[in-house]
Order: sequence, then structure tokens, then C-alpha cells
Amino acid sequence: MATLHTRSAARLMIAPSVLLLLAWMIVPLALTIYFSFLRYNLLMPGMEEFAGFSNYSYFLTDPAFFQAIFNTLAIVLGVLFITVIGGIALALLLDQPMFGQGIVRILVIAPFLIMPTVAALVWKNMFMNPVNGLFAWVAKLFGLQPFDFLANAPLLSVILIVAWQWLPFATLILLTALQSLDEEQKEAAQMDGAGAWSRFIYLVLPHLSRAITVVILIQTIFLLSVFAEILVTTNGGPGTQSTNLTFLVYAQALLQFDVGGASAGGIIAVILANIVAFFLMRMIGKTLEA
Amino acid sequence: MARNVSTRRKVVVTVVAWTIGILIFFPILWTFLTSFKSEAEAIASPPSLLFFDWTTENYFEVQSRSNYFRHFMNSVVVSFGSTLIGLVIAIPSAWAMAFSPTKRTKDVLMWMLSTKMMPSVGVLVPMYLMFRNTGLLDTRTGLVIVLTLINLPIIIWMLYTYFKEIPGEILEAARMDGASLSKEIIYVLTPMAIPGIASTLLLNIILAWNEAFWTLNLSAAKAAPLTAFIASYSSPEGLFYAKLSAASTMAIAPILILGWFSQKQLVRGLTFGAVK
Repeated sequence: MATLHTRSAARLMIAPSVLLLLAWMIVPLALTIYFSFLRYNLLMPGMEEFAGFSNYSYFLTDPAFFQAIFNTLAIVLGVLFITVIGGIALALLLDQPMFGQGIVRILVIAPFLIMPTVAALVWKNMFMNPVNGLFAWVAKLFGLQPFDFLANAPLLSVILIVAWQWLPFATLILLTALQSLDEEQKEAAQMDGAGAWSRFIYLVLPHLSRAITVVILIQTIFLLSVFAEILVTTNGGPGTQSTNLTFLVYAQALLQFDVGGASAGGIIAVILANIVAFFLMRMIGKTLEA
Repeated sequence: MARNVSTRRKVVVTVVAWTIGILIFFPILWTFLTSFKSEAEAIASPPSLLFFDWTTENYFEVQSRSNYFRHFMNSVVVSFGSTLIGLVIAIPSAWAMAFSPTKRTKDVLMWMLSTKMMPSVGVLVPMYLMFRNTGLLDTRTGLVIVLTLINLPIIIWMLYTYFKEIPGEILEAARMDGASLSKEIIYVLTPMAIPGIASTLLLNIILAWNEAFWTLNLSAAKAAPLTAFIASYSSPEGLFYAKLSAASTMAIAPILILGWFSQKQLVRGLTFGAVK
């Protein structure tokens, strides 16, 4: 029985995971770095040559790159804004006593469980389509001209679709945090004559701050790499109006077959994500102290 | 003591909450309803909510036209396969880290998590080329390998937080009572570990089922799971809303049901134990 607890046995049990993840982390990333310094196009095999930093300078001076950075940030910030504000409001609402709380909770959580391609295509066709979509029908009902969401406001449309998918996540986590707030504290504040607003500002919001940080950091990690929603709705367009960094790298690699350029873009994406990850890791690290 | 709430307030809250809940859920409900309409009714104006000729022909259409069942099975194989392999690799690791932690355990856990932070697009090019060169492109095996790797950190983390909650004293007590190692594992540990393992399994099937970066980029006609199959409706021909709805309904129904059963685990798993 002691064997289970000896150090070497423990190491042996941990080894497979560590080795696999080590390989997964090092091999492809090293290759990406290597490719990023090559002039390497899949349409011209055998023509690879060392290219120094030219892929990086090409990528970094491409107007599409700046558009992509802007779009990436717009998606992250836009979705965060909607989901955090909406999530706090919804969590506060769902925390109130009501009839059928469990069912409402289920309804609200549902969008998070929908696969991205389904969510995006349903919104694109059945809601945002300017001819047959429900929004067009509602607009006509009020005598308005139907609005072509994906053609005229592609980035906003993508943000709305992604926000719909992530609102449940924020709500669920904030609600879980809210429910751990001590009832007695709330009552004490109420007895001391604190109004609903000051209770929210001085009691509820500080209690939620940690959960809000977690929501922001985790969503940012995922939102930096939004892909499927863009692929099936706007395909990055019109032009590059809704191309984010992930989509730009994908287009460079699998549509233009530019391995070198796409790799340089991939490395830039990794650096950006690492900046966010640094803060997230510190947050989670603190919870391990126990 | 529970808060004193007037019934009127409760009714108002109920009405507001249900309205918002139904609005948020509406796109899913609408998809479900549209899947039972004819293509003409699916784009009819004004749209009908319930009073149309209900038909199940879309479901048969989708199956006969595109061999829907094969893509469904691809999703099943890929999500269950990657989750089960992940569990087999992760259970011993999480177990060892939870019950015989060393000074470095925390660092190892944090490092594992950091692999999850790497954006997929950063390694898209080499993965695509490696898969192409080894013939793994557009195979279930290839997708299982990638999804196992990307979800392994989450599996280990979830298991770790669950195992951590099993009190070590119980093992001591069992040993004092003379339980052998095998008995200890079968009668004491397994029953206590199973709920955590089950939750981890559930969450990871959901994540793998909905994964839509690698499945879209590394599969084509043959091994495409539902995420990639549904994406083919982005450039359709003719009327397709009802068929899209039928295909979508079948793709999301199993996961909706699984997800509703595992709400609590969702929070825990997705925040790496930071919010419980």
C-alpha cells in the first residue's frame, strides 16, 4: 500500500500527462517559430529559404493586420461589455425568489451549450437575413426598411452572436458567486438602513469582484480566438471588415498557402494571448494556496 | 432566516425573469420549431409560431441527402474517444498530485494550465502540415488526438480539484482496519472518486462536441463531425432553413440535455476551480 505513495510511483503516474503536454507545447510551437523565418509557400514546394524577419515585417505592415488587431480588440471588448453588464444584471435577477427559478436558469444557460457553427448560422439566416430573417419581418411590421446586418455591420453582428453565446457563462458564474454571499450580511446591511443601491455598490459588487475578474480573463482567452462564428457568417468580410487575428492567420495559411507569413501571424497571436494569460494564471494561482 | 418577500414582488420578478429567459432561449426554440416546417413555411411572412403543418420530412431529407448519421457518429466517436483517452491519462496524474503532492505540484499544475492558454491558431500551420504528411488529415484518429491534447489540462485540473476534496483520513482509517491496497481502491476510493470523474467526463464531452477550430480546419467530408458538417450550410443552394434547423436540432439536443444536468460542474470546470 505504501507503494502508491512513494515518490517514484507518483512521478510515474504524472509522467504520461507531462510528457504529452510537453510535446504538444514544444513541437508545434517550435515548428511555427521555425516556419516564421522561412519564405515558404505550399504552392511552391522545394523553394523554402531563410527569410529573416521579412515575414514579420510583411505581416506587421499589412493594412489587414491593423484591421485584424482592431477587430480582435473590438470583439473582445464588445462581448465583454455586453456579457459582464448583462451577466451581473441577470445574475441579480435570477438570485431573487421567483416561481420556476430552475426552468429560467436552464433557459438562460442554453446558448452556451450550442455549438458555435449552429449558433452563428441560425442567427445569420433565420434572424439577421434582410429578406427572410425575423428581424426583417419585425422591421417591416413597424414600417421600417430591413437592415442587412452582415453586409452593413458585419463586426457588430459577429459581436452580437458571440455575446449571445457567452452571456450564459458570465451569468452562471456570477450567479454562483452571488449565491455564496452571506444572507445575514445582506440583512444586517438592510437593518442598518442601507438602500438597495448602496447594498449593491458596497456589499454585492465587492463580493463579486473576484468572479468578475475570472469571467473577464477566461472569456478574453476564448474571445481572442473567435473563429467559427466568423467563418460561417461573414467569412471575414466584406473585405477584411470582420477579420480578426485568428481568421487572418487561417486565411494566410489555408487560403493563400503562405506558411511563412501565417506562422509569423501565429507567433504574434501567441504573444498577445500570453499577456492576458499572465494575469489569469496569477488569479488562479492564488486559489491554489489552500 | 429567509428574506420576507411580498407575493406581489415575487410575481413581478417571475414575469420579468421568464420574459428575459424566453427571449434568450428564443433562437433555440425557433430553430426547433422551424425544423418541423416545410421550406416554404420556414420563410413565410408573417411567420407562424405553432400553427403550421407539422412535418418530420426535414429530418429524413437531411439524413438521405448528406448521410447525417455518419457525421453524428463522427461527433460521438471524437468527443467520447478524446474524453475517455484523456481520462485514462489524467486520472493517475491527478490522483498522484492530489494525494502525494510535492513542492513542485503547484508549478506542474499551473504549467499544464498554461498550455491551454496557447491560442490554437499559433500552432495551426505545423499541425496542418504534420497531419497532411502523416495522413491524419480528415480522420477521426487525428481529431481524437488533437482534442485529447487540448482538453487534457482541463481534465487534469477538474479531477485534481475533486480528488483534493476526498479526505485523506478515510484512507488511513481503511488501512488501520486492515484493508489491502486492492480493497482500499475498490471499496473506499472508487466510490468517492466516481462523482468527480463523472462530472469531468460530462463537461469534457460537451467541450469536445462543440469544439469548432480544429474540427473545422483538420477535417473535410470524411471525418467531419457535426460542427464542420453544419458549417457546410454557410454556402447553401435553394431553400434550406428547415433543413438547417433539423440538422441543428439533432446536433444540439444531446448536449443541451447533458449540459442541463451538469450546470454546477460547468462553472467549476470552466473556471478551473476558481469559482465553485
